[in-house]
Amino acid sequence: MALALNTKRRMVTAALVAPAVAWLFIFLVLPFIAMLVFSVGERAPEGGYQPAFTFAQFANLPARSAAFWNTVILAPVGSFVCLVVAYPVAYYLAVKTSPRYRLLLVSLVVVPFWTSLLVRTYAWMYLLGSRGIPNLLGMIGFEEVRILNTPGAVLLGIVYGYLPLMIMPIYVSLEKLDRRLLEASADLGARPVSTFFSVTLPLSLPGVMTGLALVTILLLGEYLIPQLLGGGKVFFIGNALVDLFLQSRNWPFGSAIAVTLVVVVVFVLLIAMRIAWKIAGTRQVDLV
Amino acid sequence: MRAFISAVYLFLYAPIALVVLFSFNAGRNASEFTGFSTMWYGKALGNTFLVAALQNSLIIALTSATLAAIFGTMAALGMERLRPRSRALLDGLFAAAIVVPGVVIGIATLVALVEVFSFLNSVLASVWPDENPPQLGLGYGSIVAAHGLFSMALVTMIVKARIASLGRDIVEASGDLYATPLTTFRLVVLPQILPSVLAGFLLSFTFSFDDFIIAFFVAGSKTTLPIYVFASIRRGVTPEINAIATLVLVASLMMILIARILMREKKPTN
Repeated sequence: MALALNTKRRMVTAALVAPAVAWLFIFLVLPFIAMLVFSVGERAPEGGYQPAFTFAQFANLPARSAAFWNTVILAPVGSFVCLVVAYPVAYYLAVKTSPRYRLLLVSLVVVPFWTSLLVRTYAWMYLLGSRGIPNLLGMIGFEEVRILNTPGAVLLGIVYGYLPLMIMPIYVSLEKLDRRLLEASADLGARPVSTFFSVTLPLSLPGVMTGLALVTILLLGEYLIPQLLGGGKVFFIGNALVDLFLQSRNWPFGSAIAVTLVVVVVFVLLIAMRIAWKIAGTRQVDLV
Repeated sequence: MRAFISAVYLFLYAPIALVVLFSFNAGRNASEFTGFSTMWYGKALGNTFLVAALQNSLIIALTSATLAAIFGTMAALGMERLRPRSRALLDGLFAAAIVVPGVVIGIATLVALVEVFSFLNSVLASVWPDENPPQLGLGYGSIVAAHGLFSMALVTMIVKARIASLGRDIVEASGDLYATPLTTFRLVVLPQILPSVLAGFLLSFTFSFDDFIIAFFVAGSKTTLPIYVFASIRRGVTPEINAIATLVLVASLMMILIARILMREKKPTN
């Protein structure tokens, strides 16, 4: 009887997870294997892929080094700028805001993250375009200012797009901070500034790390922002991939780049997890 | 500090606000507001390509979010009954589905499906009785598959967090009162997790509705709304795009607000 119950229980469990497991296998694991196989293949004469076993695609990676360097420089720089802007906001929301307005103000930060990045990036394209801000600058005497299609515009778009994602984890870690620690620090004679640097900041580091890791990883695969605000002049790996798959149809080379991108992402994740282990006590991030 | 915070909120909302404002501009010019008009909305909604793209996006978002909500919830319920090692493996796969960049998901799905379809098509051609075997290809199915992957991981994450906060005692109490496991699920567990399932559904819908990069790779000849908007932006910025952008914003705004309300409401009050 007990055995039968146990078997039944196991079958129910298996039935519950089966669709998700099948989905993950068919549309995540299998495609990854296919991508690995493609990356050691050759480009067919008419474009696409033909089977082979060669590392020529990986040897050819330097051909796209500009996109690679743009990405590995602008992604961390962008997430660091996000951090500098986000920290005071998260601190204000968690520590200084009265509970009455907190929910509203936090919602106002989260909502942009869930609205179309395409539309939000387009908004800057619209603003920075020649009839937008440069036109206004022209009226007050700064003629011929170009903002669109520069690295600066891409950086601006990055900060705009990913600021909410940076604010949230830091806010969560600051909100959970025990206020009595701050009072204790003050009672022991520490000035607010030194309380901040010796108590608040160290305790919020897990949130900071989570934010930096999330934003950096998403930026490594970014396509829209450099495409719309960089105008083909500031090229990311994502842009190189779209070009290779949808225009020049060099699928094996594109797969090799995609595999490399995944390796970089895993590398960033491992570093982030190592640091998180060191500061210990990582907290769950509430993205919604 | 206050001034800085206000500046950040202004930074977050001013560009969107300008797009919304200029979607009601009577003139073409982006730098001066010449009068109130809803003509661009009329133009946008009269555009058959746009309406077709919107329809595609709605079908795909609805399908992928529904499947993700059902399968994701099932997985969240089943995972707590798994042995630790299988659970860790599944957790890892879900994490990968969330963390791997969309551009890579798009590419991997594309290369795998193209191979699978060319194989299946040749099989179909050899076994089909007449000369016109059906051709399988990219389209609704491939977009739903790729969007569903991320969405399912998202739903599982949200529902699992809710189950973890539930506490086992009410389930045990229900069992002690001689409820069958199914009755316990229907009367005790389901009502408790339903808000998080709905929130997961809405966020999945929003994700799919807004996603550009994954669909760009696996859409085949289908056009989704973001793909249409992207293509029109590249042809040149027009006031019509402002109107479409505003409509997209309003749609996702409504979804996310409902999702947030659902996720806040039934939090334990202690």
